[in-house]
Amino acid sequence: MTNMPQKNLYLPEIATVREVIQETPNIKTFRVVLDNEDAMNAFTFEPGQVGQLSVFGVGESTFVINSPPTRMDYLQFSVMRVGELTTKLHQLSAGDKVGVRAPLGNWFPYESMKGKNIVFIGGGIGMAPLRTLLLFMLDNRADYGDISLLYGARSPQDMAFQYELPEWLEREDLNTVLTIDNPCEGWEHTVGLIPNVLLEMEPGAKDTVAVTCGPPIMIKFTLQALKKLGFEDSQIVTTLEKRMKCGVGICGRCNIGTKYVCVDGPVFTAAELGDLPNEL
Amino acid sequence: MTSKYIPADRLTAWLDELAASNRVLVPVRDNAAVAFQPYTGGDQELVLDTQATTPPKGSVFPASEPLMTFEYRKDEENPGKVDVAVQPTMEAAPTVVFGCRPCDARGFTIFDRVYNTDGMRDHYYAARRKNTSFVSLVCKETASSCFCHWVGEGPADTRGSDVLATPVGQGYVLEPITEQGKALVESKTLDNATQEQLDATAQVKQDARDSLGDAVDVSEAQEALLRLFDDMEFWQDVSAKCISCGACTYLCPTCYCFNITDESCGNQGFRIRSWDNCMSYLFTLEGSGHNPRPTKAHRLKNRVGHKFSYYPGLHEGLIACCGCGRCIKSCPVSVDIREIVLRAMETATAETKAS
Ligand SMILES: Cc1cc2nc3c(=O)[nH]c(=O)nc-3n(C[C@H](O)[C@H](O)[C@H](O)COP(=O)(O)OP(=O)(O)OC[C@H]3O[C@@H](n4cnc5c(N)ncnc54)[C@H](O)[C@@H]3O)c2cc1C
Ligand code: SF4
Ligand code: SF4
Ligand code: FES
Repeated sequence: MTNMPQKNLYLPEIATVREVIQETPNIKTFRVVLDNEDAMNAFTFEPGQVGQLSVFGVGESTFVINSPPTRMDYLQFSVMRVGELTTKLHQLSAGDKVGVRAPLGNWFPYESMKGKNIVFIGGGIGMAPLRTLLLFMLDNRADYGDISLLYGARSPQDMAFQYELPEWLEREDLNTVLTIDNPCEGWEHTVGLIPNVLLEMEPGAKDTVAVTCGPPIMIKFTLQALKKLGFEDSQIVTTLEKRMKCGVGICGRCNIGTKYVCVDGPVFTAAELGDLPNEL
Repeated sequence: MTSKYIPADRLTAWLDELAASNRVLVPVRDNAAVAFQPYTGGDQELVLDTQATTPPKGSVFPASEPLMTFEYRKDEENPGKVDVAVQPTMEAAPTVVFGCRPCDARGFTIFDRVYNTDGMRDHYYAARRKNTSFVSLVCKETASSCFCHWVGEGPADTRGSDVLATPVGQGYVLEPITEQGKALVESKTLDNATQEQLDATAQVKQDARDSLGDAVDVSEAQEALLRLFDDMEFWQDVSAKCISCGACTYLCPTCYCFNITDESCGNQGFRIRSWDNCMSYLFTLEGSGHNPRPTKAHRLKNRVGHKFSYYPGLHEGLIACCGCGRCIKSCPVSVDIREIVLRAMETATAETKAS
């Protein structure tokens, strides 16, 4: 018998926003710390897991914890403003209180990725979950082979994490390619849609795992490009987004057939997606 | 366990006794509907000869309940700082539901596997479930919308009930099913049932079961519904009439989806859990504007699929429908879940043969 969880599933930990970073015109990053010091010290999670962030009085929404478990000074969430809660979050500043229910969901299979080459392909806010795994792997660099990152956004202003891009570009042990959709004055990197740039990069499929995340349309064409490059479905890892409430497999909102994205996901291999009913 | 007997005219004496230490819910008329409401005493007219319009779902899983309160507080030492205090709330008064149907009580056994397991326990549900007993009334007459025998044991199914009450003569035979039920019938108000009354009970149960006719084997539905997942023509056809009103989910004893929202008033408020409804467009609408279930055909597919395919796929073949027929009875445009399941099984079989 497993232990009965004594925790109230819905009760968030109170946390304080330590820092807010304006990433792009509509993405802000929040670095938060649980107020209960013991809870913060005991907090563990795996790269790819998500949390429910609340603004009391407005509600809760799901975001990836995009700081890696190897850097536990704070938990970082990057939030794109799309609706009511995300707008309220964007109005917060350092010192404000939020609720955190985390960690939830499954995580990237980083154990089985050991010894392999890794290709990260992120589009827009989809870079957030990739950031967790990328930093985690960089912090455990010896465990992995070649690591490449292809990160695309609509325009230079839409590119998040600008403060760390120079470091990523400079690192010898990371092959970083940045791309935007259309040419733009002052842009020194690649121009072109992610799937096309990926085909030009031509990463070898042998002993390689591709990790991709972004808007559905980008994912669709990226999967096609990866297949052209010889990647099998089992070598492709991605994350799914579904509207979530409970985050623990009870409220019944996020199912695709028998799978619940909040507990069986958000991380799936393309092979696992192929086995799901077609309801993405 | 010894069965008891209570004449109908002594019923209120027993309910009064139960009400001394429990919240007792009974089926009473509520405008055009019959609903479970708190028992207020002998003047109340109980409606026991027909299935209630709404199931007693709210006894354990209220339509709306606070999960916690929150309050923003100014830090007295540092007026620039605001703190927030969160307090879980829980209300789980000992409750007896009297006069629901066996199918209604069995509905909670379908909840249990999701809300109350060793791995995942919803404390709010678990506390109320533990504190709630069901005295279910065996159907003397069944309705044309009833199909409990397709998905369970039939009108005298004991699963989920603590006491099974069978109408016999001018009263009821009370058969304790669980220890909790045994405690309920340990009352001086009740007599031991006679052999004659027990025999009559068996006959009532048999007659009710017989009136339903043969059961249809729906075990193939699990596979068939998955097979038809991409057959949108099928789903558009069976959902053509649906007006997405959601009545079928709110009246269903086995529908358990919910939403969580905040209600605030000034610097304090509640986080509230409320029933939600997979037949509505907003249920799966994502922040990006993408909706994986954009049409009512997609949504009805999920509702039927969840009950007859996905849930059984996760829970040893157990169907997440108790056959109460409320969704059939109360659908304003007569969508019939039985018809959809039958047609799905036929269509999938026909397609297999054709290929
Ligand atoms: C596993 C997972 C990980 C995620 N990670 C991230 C992340 O790292 N960063 C990030 O930015 N996002 C992430 N998301 C997405 C994020 O959860 C949503 O963008 C967020 O929940 C939107 O919240 P909101 O309250 O602001 O939107 P809502 O206010 O709910 O509205 C969003 C949009 O939905 C529609 N809508 C919703 N409700 C209604 C209604 N009642 N009436 C009319 N229209 C409505 C509207 O189109 C509205 O603009 C993730 C999602 C999942 C599932
Ligand atoms: S699906 Fe219909 S028949 Fe089945 S339990 Fe729900 S309301 Fe009753
Ligand atoms: S009750 Fe009938 S019309 Fe209303 S949502 Fe259900 S199936 Fe559709
Ligand atoms: S979010 Fe509630 S079941 Fe997945």
